[in-house]
Amino acid sequence: MTSDATTPAGPAPASADRTYDAIVVGGGHNGLVNGAYLAKAGLRTLILERRPLVGGAAITEELRPGFWFTTFSYALSLLRPQIVQDLDLVEHGFFPLLMSSTFAPGEDGEYLWLTKDHDQNVREIARHSRHDADAYTQYSHDLDVVCRALKPLLDEAPPDLFSDDPEERLALARLAQRFRGMDRRTLHDTVRLLTGSAADFLDDYFESELLKGYLASTSIIGSKVGPRSQGSGLVLLYHSLGEHDGEFGSWAFHKGGNGGFTQVLARAARAFGAEIRLEAPVQAVLSRDGRVTGVALDDGTEFRAPVVVSSLDPRRTFLELVDPRELPDDLVENVRRLRFQGTSSKVNFALDGLPEFPSLPGRDDVFRGFTNIGPGMDYLEHAFDDAKYGRFSARPYIDGAIQSTIDPDMAPPGKHVMSCFIQYTPYELRESDWETERQNLGDTVQKTLESFFPGFGDLVLQREVVTPLDIERTTGLSEGNIFAGEFLAPQMYFFRPAPGWSQYRTPLEGYYQCGSGTHPGGCVMGAPGMLAARRILADRSGAGAR
Amino acid sequence: MILTTPFHERVAALNRTGLWEHWSNHLAARRYQLSDKAEYFAVRDSAGIFDTSPLFKYRISGPDAERFLAGMLARDVRACPVGQAQYTCWLDDRGFLVEDGVVLHTAPDEYLLASAEPNLAWFADRAGRLDVRLEDESDALGVLAFQGPRSRELLARLVPAVADIPPFGVTAGEIAGAAVTVSRTGFTGDLGYEVWVPADDALPVWDALWESVRGYGVQPFGLDALHMLRIEAGLLLLDVDFTSSRYAWNDAHRSTPVELGWEWMFADLAAEDRAFIGRRALERELEERTSRWTMRGLVVDWHDYERVYDEAGLLPPRDHTPVLEDWMVYKDGDRVGYATSFMYSPVLQRHIAIARVRPDLAEPGTDVKLEFTVNHRYEQVAAHVARLPLFNPERRKAR
Ligand SMILES: Cc1cc2nc3c(=O)[nH]c(=O)nc-3n(C[C@H](O)[C@H](O)[C@H](O)COP(=O)(O)OP(=O)(O)OC[C@H]3O[C@@H](n4cnc5c(N)ncnc54)[C@H](O)[C@@H]3O)c2cc1C
Repeated sequence: MTSDATTPAGPAPASADRTYDAIVVGGGHNGLVNGAYLAKAGLRTLILERRPLVGGAAITEELRPGFWFTTFSYALSLLRPQIVQDLDLVEHGFFPLLMSSTFAPGEDGEYLWLTKDHDQNVREIARHSRHDADAYTQYSHDLDVVCRALKPLLDEAPPDLFSDDPEERLALARLAQRFRGMDRRTLHDTVRLLTGSAADFLDDYFESELLKGYLASTSIIGSKVGPRSQGSGLVLLYHSLGEHDGEFGSWAFHKGGNGGFTQVLARAARAFGAEIRLEAPVQAVLSRDGRVTGVALDDGTEFRAPVVVSSLDPRRTFLELVDPRELPDDLVENVRRLRFQGTSSKVNFALDGLPEFPSLPGRDDVFRGFTNIGPGMDYLEHAFDDAKYGRFSARPYIDGAIQSTIDPDMAPPGKHVMSCFIQYTPYELRESDWETERQNLGDTVQKTLESFFPGFGDLVLQREVVTPLDIERTTGLSEGNIFAGEFLAPQMYFFRPAPGWSQYRTPLEGYYQCGSGTHPGGCVMGAPGMLAARRILADRSGAGAR
Repeated sequence: MILTTPFHERVAALNRTGLWEHWSNHLAARRYQLSDKAEYFAVRDSAGIFDTSPLFKYRISGPDAERFLAGMLARDVRACPVGQAQYTCWLDDRGFLVEDGVVLHTAPDEYLLASAEPNLAWFADRAGRLDVRLEDESDALGVLAFQGPRSRELLARLVPAVADIPPFGVTAGEIAGAAVTVSRTGFTGDLGYEVWVPADDALPVWDALWESVRGYGVQPFGLDALHMLRIEAGLLLLDVDFTSSRYAWNDAHRSTPVELGWEWMFADLAAEDRAFIGRRALERELEERTSRWTMRGLVVDWHDYERVYDEAGLLPPRDHTPVLEDWMVYKDGDRVGYATSFMYSPVLQRHIAIARVRPDLAEPGTDVKLEFTVNHRYEQVAAHVARLPLFNPERRKAR
């Protein structure tokens, strides 16, 4: 949790002359991962975080005595397992707790309750459609096959399409080889997912609306797309690439929430010798003759280092921390037209007890995982319709999670905390603003939950509404986009964050990027931080990064 | 007829899977819910309750009780005062292991010994002229294991003395008006207790405990979760990791306590002159260093495991379900040992095993290979030798 977040930096003594081998701007999870890898490689590393606690979008806060809220992100899946190994995270307290089921209530008293038991799931789906019960196994397998083929891409930097370097050419050839090695079906599924809509893909398998709604939910997370929009397939695929204990698409709650996880990262980084400074907002990255020389804080303090790594989103990395006039025009232009369009919010509740689903009286074990309010493709698509016209959804999609059922330390005995991820809530409201709408959004979410769980409102002890504007203001994620740049095909892989700059370098020598705006992208995944460190260390040694 | 434990009425109501195992002719829940892993996490993160009543329990009392046990048990029971328990073992005269168990020193001249298999004849036949009484209490006592980080705080609300007992401490107490014995023992490698209850009081005791832990994330756990927990804790299981010398067909199936990693039980052997069964053989083994094996943990190399499966075109499985079979251990092409319990540990995020290795390779950190079957072919994956237990949280040892 965040209780030890404000303790002073660990063993590494503050550098008296304020000179380091590397400075990381931002102590979100990617900055911490990056700093930990650099420190592990022996670099004197300083991580500078603007806020009084590390974690960025992955924090846990005690908003009411004994009630711990995951203010922003709330579950773990995309985290690259090799980071857990490389950074000895288990020794520092890495502890992902199992969510044993997912509950998807329908609007008519029906429900879909999926567990960790495949045979039971087949039966459960058969209650809705015998056809889908069989198709579900096929779907899961087909998706696994695609995921297995694509997984290695998460653990490597994309080749540089625009380079004549023989090494890059070779990497590109290897990439082509990987796709040529796929069978026709897998390759076609991959392309359909990367370019098409989740609805089209799911319609090929299923007929149950409830099941489709549940499965389509991951296709809209963090993105201004509906399940029927082209491009939602990519979002679904991205989320399916996560894994927990080897199972694709499976999620976990970290002990103490995602803030508990970033505290583990901070301990690991310090153990490797990195220094973390809190309440240290970086005003500017300093450079001379096209080479980075260090950073200056808001209060004027300067730190020197030949390597500076920005974990902030591309807009801040290229347009705010450095002077865009020193950068190539095409990069500046590409960063300017990057799409952010945050559409997600959080509403977090402190509850006096567990809600009850009328068709399952007394069954409080339905809450031992996600509660997915997205009963059908139409429901999700209607929710999206509102966003198209600059309104938040009248009946929003909700990814709920009563984390205290899994981690009882997050609330007092018998009480609970519930994290609700909400879509769609456009950053730019057409007819109002978020200060005005904050409580209206809270009411809408509460009313929606009430319609599925009558009596829900009576359980609410406290409510925290986190709008896209709050996300932007608190974490710095532009327009509140949870992934530091939307997951749209033209903003991924070769093009993340901009064509020609997908390998963590920048035009300024010694200035690197390691945030979610770089490949592979957002989520508490750590890959950008890890891959950027690999790049930096390779550049230092003059060798290739591959 | 298959029997039920004194807690059966309650555990049966909680068992939502209807899956039972046959354990010493008793019904024992395999799992209460569909995910054994969820039960495992309850123990590692909060607390879990396990009905361990099918154990065999013997009360050994009388003026010569201590003398008797001192001659029967290999570990010196005289070092176990009243209010203490010992993990112990007993040997045959060749120094091979008969069985292991826990002995509670419940009162002056009175002990309670728990074991997995019947041992009454083994003990009774060796009492000779000593003034000692042996009673089979197996059916008279129910036992609940209450294990996990929250166990101390929660159980102390019912039995305040629990707050102060050290590891392997024993205390008397009262729950729901029933006289119970609580020992700080268990088979999970976590902070935890076992509550010994007269069978007739079992249900009220269960109810009182269960009611008192509501809202604290406590769950009942079954045998599947127990297996996971005990492998992480490096706790060996009879007929899985070793065989009783009484029923072994040859010496390859027999083990000495030193080979099983219990040399620590005999740290003071030289300083005490106690005669016990197997002593001379044990001394010889220690002196001449004739142990054939050393029991160790193996930790599989994460990257190598990934590589082997990836090259085979497969997803690397990370299944927490324990595999209780012999798997071969190699070094430079030679077979140098074998693993008997293997699993993916969710807490350690690695594949781990309990294995015997040649004593010269027992140094923690030694690189070896563990043999897997991948794509129907044998593949060797890098692993390193580690000391048991592989999971050993501070809270377990905390006073
Ligand atoms: C509401 C919400 C819910 C989400 N849910 C999930 C989820 O459940 N699971 C999941 O995997 N992902 C989720 N995500 C996405 C995920 O949390 C993010 O992609 C990820 O945490 C971003 O990490 P990062 O390190 O790249 O950036 P950030 O976490 O944004 O870190 C950037 C850090 O830089 C600091 N900073 C900013 N400016 C400066 C400056 N000038 N000087 C110094 N420091 C500065 C910030 O304070 C911050 O700590 C969610 C995101 C949000 C917003």
